[in-house]
Amino acid sequence: MKAPAFDYVKPKSLNEALGYLKQYGSGAQVLAGGQSLMAIMNLGLAMPEVLIDITGLPGLTDITVTEEGVRVGALVTHATLQHSPVIAKHVPLLWQCVPHVAHLAIRNAGTLGGSIALADPAAEYPAVVLALQATITLQGPHGVRDVAADDYFLGLYETARAEDELLVAVTFPKVKDSEVMVFDELTRRRGDYALCGLAAAFDVSGGVIRAARLAYLSMGDTPVLAPTAAAALMGKAPSEETIAAAEIALINDLSPRSDLHGSVNGKLHWAKVLFGRSVRQLGKSA
Amino acid sequence: MNARMELPATTHDTTQVANGYIGKSSPRTGSKRLLQGRGAYIDDMRLPRLSHVVFVRSPHAHALIKSIDLSEVRKQTGVIGAFTGSEIAEYCTPWVGVLGHLKGIKSAPQHAVAIDRACWQGEPVAAIVGQTRRQAEDALQFVKIEYELLPVIVEMADALKGDYVIHPELGDNICFQRELKTDDFDETFAQADVIVEKTYTFARHTGVTNEPRAVLADYQPADHSLTVYQATQAPHMMQDIMSRHLGIPESQVRIVCKDVGGSFGIKVHVYPDEMATAALSVMLKRPVKFMADRIESFLSDIHAREHIATVRMACTKDGDILGFDLDDLTGIGPYSVYPRTSGIEGNQVVNLTGGPYKHKAYRAKLQVVFTNKNVTCQYRAVGHPIAVALTEGIVDEGARAIGMDPAAFRRRNLIADDAYPYTFPSGLKFEKLSHHQCLDKLMALMDYDGLRAEQAALREKGIYRGIGLAAMIEVTNPSPAFYGVGGARISAQDGATLRLDPGGMLNVLVSVTEQGQGTEAVFAQIAATMVGVSLENVRVITGDTAVTPYGGGTWASRGAGIGGEAVLQAAKALKVNILAVAAAVLEMDAAQLDVSGNAVVDKLTGVVRMPLSEVGRVAYFRPDTLPMDFQSELTVTRHYTPREYGFTFTNGIQASYVEVDPETGFVKLLKHWCVEDCGTILNPMLVDEQLRGGVVQGLGGALLEECLYSPEGQMLNGSMADYLVPMAFEMPDIEIAHVCTPTKTSELGAKGAGEAGTAGAPGAVMNAVNDALQPLNGNVVEQPITPERVLVALGKI
Amino acid sequence: MSEKRCDISVMVNAERVERPVLVRQHLVDFLREELDLTGSHLGCEHGVCGACQVMVDGQVVRGCLTLAVQTDGKHVETIEGLSESGVLADLQEAFLNHNALQCGFCSSGMLLSALNIVRHYPDASREDIRDHISGNYCRCTGYQAIVNAIESVLLKNRSAAVVGVSS
Repeated sequence: MKAPAFDYVKPKSLNEALGYLKQYGSGAQVLAGGQSLMAIMNLGLAMPEVLIDITGLPGLTDITVTEEGVRVGALVTHATLQHSPVIAKHVPLLWQCVPHVAHLAIRNAGTLGGSIALADPAAEYPAVVLALQATITLQGPHGVRDVAADDYFLGLYETARAEDELLVAVTFPKVKDSEVMVFDELTRRRGDYALCGLAAAFDVSGGVIRAARLAYLSMGDTPVLAPTAAAALMGKAPSEETIAAAEIALINDLSPRSDLHGSVNGKLHWAKVLFGRSVRQLGKSA
Repeated sequence: MNARMELPATTHDTTQVANGYIGKSSPRTGSKRLLQGRGAYIDDMRLPRLSHVVFVRSPHAHALIKSIDLSEVRKQTGVIGAFTGSEIAEYCTPWVGVLGHLKGIKSAPQHAVAIDRACWQGEPVAAIVGQTRRQAEDALQFVKIEYELLPVIVEMADALKGDYVIHPELGDNICFQRELKTDDFDETFAQADVIVEKTYTFARHTGVTNEPRAVLADYQPADHSLTVYQATQAPHMMQDIMSRHLGIPESQVRIVCKDVGGSFGIKVHVYPDEMATAALSVMLKRPVKFMADRIESFLSDIHAREHIATVRMACTKDGDILGFDLDDLTGIGPYSVYPRTSGIEGNQVVNLTGGPYKHKAYRAKLQVVFTNKNVTCQYRAVGHPIAVALTEGIVDEGARAIGMDPAAFRRRNLIADDAYPYTFPSGLKFEKLSHHQCLDKLMALMDYDGLRAEQAALREKGIYRGIGLAAMIEVTNPSPAFYGVGGARISAQDGATLRLDPGGMLNVLVSVTEQGQGTEAVFAQIAATMVGVSLENVRVITGDTAVTPYGGGTWASRGAGIGGEAVLQAAKALKVNILAVAAAVLEMDAAQLDVSGNAVVDKLTGVVRMPLSEVGRVAYFRPDTLPMDFQSELTVTRHYTPREYGFTFTNGIQASYVEVDPETGFVKLLKHWCVEDCGTILNPMLVDEQLRGGVVQGLGGALLEECLYSPEGQMLNGSMADYLVPMAFEMPDIEIAHVCTPTKTSELGAKGAGEAGTAGAPGAVMNAVNDALQPLNGNVVEQPITPERVLVALGKI
Repeated sequence: MSEKRCDISVMVNAERVERPVLVRQHLVDFLREELDLTGSHLGCEHGVCGACQVMVDGQVVRGCLTLAVQTDGKHVETIEGLSESGVLADLQEAFLNHNALQCGFCSSGMLLSALNIVRHYPDASREDIRDHISGNYCRCTGYQAIVNAIESVLLKNRSAAVVGVSS
């Protein structure tokens, strides 16, 4: 299982990196933490001509709090997120999901940017990004642009990032006092890809749900929103009746495929269970 | 029973020698280097001109090989050669995996590298030898093979139906079948008050040793000799097989085992790619190494345990078991594996079903069928996990049907502790077992009544916990009845050579091998005890056919019991010889002397008369000072073969406590218990750790592990990400206790313990899950018990 | 065609190593093949089993998912170096006494995870320990002895700390 031969460059500046991306086009893969890419290459499933190692690029490892939100540089590792008081305080949904990401050694090297760029639908971050309506910052030959989460995930491992662009940061809105964040996933073993997972962002006041964004992982080719089910929660108290009425709507929002770990019916069932459990959390924290 | 944090009693000082090291939890000091990264596994070895072989493996489950063109491969950088099956066949003859005592077993000849036809996805079809593994792998893309696809048999039912026969010359797809029926069977079942019936399905799964299979073959053309460094459990067996199939005289073949990174039966079989590696070394006259990578491992390490078994149990309305009825269908690969055959696992299921229970009526039917999936063969606990799960499952069904507590039902029906020797309906003879003592101990250890009360209280709150029991018998210390009688050149006899070195230390050579279970440590304990030296003065060497006595190696939980007895006898004999030298030197009667604490001592007073180093000095360097007609013999070899019983059975009972989430179908393992009677315990810590490791391996099969195949015979989950093995977070703490019934077939009295944990765990867990689901009318009959299967059982999906 | 190599300068345990490395060679192959540091093992080569774990700049990483070339300018510590420095001594003794290894193949990776727990999670419970080693595959022990061994070191350190404070 030795990765086939490839060329390797390590740019020192963003412009140099972008130059390589343009030069090599589809023959290039960006190497950040390598936790997904190296595994795929060792398994012989990817054979790039060149790896562009971006770990030397400056300015991509910061977590900055601004008016807009919390800006996380692309090279921030999972471990850094896990131990960041800023993330714990301002982006609790992201902070909640990090312990579920693989294992310690993977978290030490894997990056947020790498995860969002790969957009594995079974990964935790894409669902969180979608639930929070985070903004993905891309930089290319034509400059910097921000893409809303809703516009970013296009298909299986397919995103709005053009081949000649680099993902440089993701900005998450800061959690408001009225918001409750619930992340949960069902895995056969700790750190595995989930059978089904839910990143849920609620806004609750006066004992009633004012807003809800429910983003599922492992339920499609991308993270999947459940807008109908979310709509069914509007203006309702988080009760068993609310859950029972709203969960029926999930079938409108979700059409998973069966895979090695779950049938279609199994996944839909688990989606309902996680939905109910997340809404019940609101009853506890309200 | 180990309290969690309590270290087992250890021993370091020489005063322990008087009491003996046997029964002490001495740490394996020989494993210190493994903790320092100084292990010596096959892949760590370097030899001059070492080359590496990579196998081209069939991507198809069944296909004719129309043509192979390796011309472009041979031009690639670093490629030393590229070879087809025909070329390798000139150096390695084919084999057939059949034995005479499995009546009617049949299989087709198998080559090291397939010649005309590939019969499973992953079968080697060509070999590329390179300077480095990397370069050989790079060359794979230049291989040109033309295949013609053939029909694929994946389902056992299709194999049995026989519309398509994989090996037409065999007539059908049945490798082996067996039927037996006791005379009273028909009447018993016709008249029984209660008959319960279930069909249980077990998914095929595999060993997933941490160190993949590895072999390094080094042929020496000058004297037509071959040294093979191999991660194998049975080096002498491999010596015989390499000799016969490569045409090299037996004593010119040397098999050397280095450190082995886990085996569990996976590394006791003959693999075509390993034979090909040796053949290539002979052909190329230089060392060739092969290590399976993880993807190859999933496709080519033996799989095991694919069964669909319908079992019925008859009992009286008062709860007396009258008999069992078994119909077992098991699917192997396209070849029966050599030399132990792929019929043994099913044969064991027939032999062992109903094992712990009193009954006379038994009918069994076994069919072992070929499929175009990976080959299967013996894997830790061989057949026992199946036999125990279906027996214990149907016993629980019977208890439920009658309305009796499962523990009480077992109490009523387990063979009495004084009923021995006992002959079982399948013909097996038990020397002496202790089912009732074990059950008593388990009930106390787990606080059965307390758990039942807790279970009931939690059910009120909508929490569903289950308790599952699994009584078991376990095959250990086999006699030649297992393989030898069938014509296999597999030794049931092992030997130990003990040598007192001049400095007073012991050198111990044993034909049993080490894969981490601690056989070497245990042999050191026995040798030290029986000779009278301290443990740190003993050095043990195993795993070298040129150096140790001839023997069988490690399998069927025989290492400690058989190898240990050989060590014991040799140690006793060596002590006699040591005392003879001392008596000659001291001009005393040997009967007045003993060996203790590394010295010859006065037997009555314990006063030291001469240190062993002095015995050594005189015997080796100053024999001129000894009587003319005296020859010291400070090297002694003894062998041991189990003879009286076909197998020395052990018994035990396990319990599992689980919580099932009826919403998600997830099963949480709360706790596990195992009470085991393996006779004399040589090292309690090592035995308990064998049991724990075995239990967790069984838990894997029960809840997580399955080899999934597509209808086209492609393995779908052959990576560590998709094939799920037990990891630490989901596993429970396991409490162990023992009953001790030594075997009288040896002085040591030790039975085997290596496989018992795996034998009982799946049955215990399945029963626990079904106990948890009972109030919800759920029942699972399929392993692994996945969340999906639980949800289906509950009618939720 | 000759393959691309890059010059790297890396501290491996206590030694500075300067080599031109094949860019596609992962760190464990580099350590094993070029430096004869065979204590780190390959169990799966796709980042799941943990047998390949080493430390890079003080952090535990999967050696099979790290390119050797990425260690340029960094400090790599392997089981050999961590053993020789004595930093693993308590854990090694505990592993030995609790029989927290059988075949030893997972041990180097497991010890690195254990060291991480001892260094960064000194108050870990048994469940926490199981969580922290949940990425290290062991087929032999069933994990309980490993948990016992790590727990014993944590307890020893805690009581030593208490003694230190009170004296």
